[in-house]
Amino acid sequence: MASAELAVPRAALIPGQGSSARRLIPLRGELRMRDADALWPELSAAVEEIHDGTVTFDLTGVSVMDGGILSLLLHLRAVLAERGARLDLFGANERIAALIELYGGNDRVARLVPKRAEGLVEQVGRATVSVLDEARLVVEFLGQMVVAAVNVARRPRTGNWHDTLPFVEKTGVDALPIVLLINTLVGFVMAFQAAKQLAAYGANIYVADLVGLSVTRELAPLMTAIIVCGRSGAAIAAELGTMKVSEEIDALRIMGFGTVNYLVLPRALALLLVVPVLTLLADIVGIAGGMLVASISLGVSRQAYWNETLIAVHPHDVATGLIKSAAFAMTIALIACQQGFATSGGAEGVGRRATSTVVASLFCIVLIDTLFTVLFRALDV
Amino acid sequence: MIEVLDLTVGWGDTRLLENASFRVARGDVFAILGGSGCGKSTTLRFLTGLEQPLSGSIHIDGVGAPRLVEGRPPFGVMFQHGALFGSMTVVENVALPLREWTRLPPDVVHAMARAKLRLVGLEGAADKLPSELSGGMKKRAAIARAMALEPELLFLDEPSAGLDPVMSAGLDELILTLKRVVGLTVVVVTHELQSIFAIVDQCILLDKETRSIIARGRPSELRESGDPRIHSFFNRTAEAV
Repeated sequence: MASAELAVPRAALIPGQGSSARRLIPLRGELRMRDADALWPELSAAVEEIHDGTVTFDLTGVSVMDGGILSLLLHLRAVLAERGARLDLFGANERIAALIELYGGNDRVARLVPKRAEGLVEQVGRATVSVLDEARLVVEFLGQMVVAAVNVARRPRTGNWHDTLPFVEKTGVDALPIVLLINTLVGFVMAFQAAKQLAAYGANIYVADLVGLSVTRELAPLMTAIIVCGRSGAAIAAELGTMKVSEEIDALRIMGFGTVNYLVLPRALALLLVVPVLTLLADIVGIAGGMLVASISLGVSRQAYWNETLIAVHPHDVATGLIKSAAFAMTIALIACQQGFATSGGAEGVGRRATSTVVASLFCIVLIDTLFTVLFRALDV
Repeated sequence: MIEVLDLTVGWGDTRLLENASFRVARGDVFAILGGSGCGKSTTLRFLTGLEQPLSGSIHIDGVGAPRLVEGRPPFGVMFQHGALFGSMTVVENVALPLREWTRLPPDVVHAMARAKLRLVGLEGAADKLPSELSGGMKKRAAIARAMALEPELLFLDEPSAGLDPVMSAGLDELILTLKRVVGLTVVVVTHELQSIFAIVDQCILLDKETRSIIARGRPSELRESGDPRIHSFFNRTAEAV
């Protein structure tokens, strides 16, 4: 029997010889978890060539062994069982025997069953079913919102009105600086990009038409919705999601509150009030941004720019933008609240739902924008 | 194992415990006891280095004063509500310290984590997320994670609360076996009298009013105390501390 000293302090292992003989591998010393990194390669190397028969780890010389090392030995036993070999533990002192019992070391060795990897078709199928399920849940939630809203409309006293105003402040007033800044820059950049081309044709004054129509019909509603979605949509989903995982929503239900009425409608109403107002203000500052560029780099006076804007932009242009913005607001509220209510799984679940809210809302906003644009064109609005 | 001298616990102007001194012997199960709000769990935060003492000192053998530094943790801690990572399965939670602080191959780490889960009776829940577990299961998973690196010192914050009597007794048995077999030292914050009498070697009883330790010793001896505050705590009568 060959002998080999381990690199591990206070421990030694002597592998047996012969491929099918009964092999005895004595261990000795104190075997603790801190030595696991060094011990594992030695242990696995000692049994590497063994594919049949029985290997016995002789623990007679082991004074102390902790659970970490024992679990290494038990894992080795499972690995050997897979290969058709058997590993026995022999000579354990009373304390180690108790530990072996505690870790189930005397139980029958369970075979390691590797999990079958999921195929591509299965993955695509599961993802499709998951998306359809989510869509169904959103539609169901929309139904609940409509029912709750109708009930509140019939009996206004049942509405949670006192929570609406704080949400108006949080989602509207607090968002005002960033909405105004970004939309000013959008008008500014648009005019700046167009300035050179328009100047080449001597059509400087038409920058007012370009900026006015683009901003009121398209860019102000879209940019405002994107900001509100990233800012308030994610916040609503995270807030409701946290309430869901901490069972606050269940507590409300137990206390007899209609959760859609109490939690969702104030947020939805706040967004419905706030987003069109923000969009209207965004229209104004977007046009102002264009005016600034026109007066500086195109030599168009502010009065001329304003007059041209009034000629180009009609009330219905502004109205189409506001209609879109109201639809965007409802979309954000619906998705954010639904995602919040569907949260599970603690902090990670809350983060995942907040992310889903932003992604799904942005997708729906662009989709709705496209539909409205086509519809308005068909109606010649 | 742990030497605490003149420790003052609290924050800002609030003091929960003042000038407390006690020793935890190696291999003992040591309990910090007291009524609600007396600072038991807070004291545990100071012992584990999550907070720094307002005054006094804490010395842990092989560690010195507990300070949070990056590196292999010198002891295991089970938090009151488990503090499992929600984004990981139960077995991944237990494997995390092994993966980070050993160089063992992934399949070995996984097997060791499963062995720990088996130890606390959770092998069947290994692939579940913490959100799918009951409160008691979360605690047991947290104990498995705290023990993953086989620390010589384990801090347990209310380990038995929320467990059914059978599971609680099983946990007590586990602690006693680990103490006997690997010489584990355990500092436990608990209210469970049955557990206290079953596993605790030495304890201290904190008092909210005097912000001090009002009793120390073996629970079975303290049960016979003539002090009504101590007697009521250990005999579960209305005049609780």
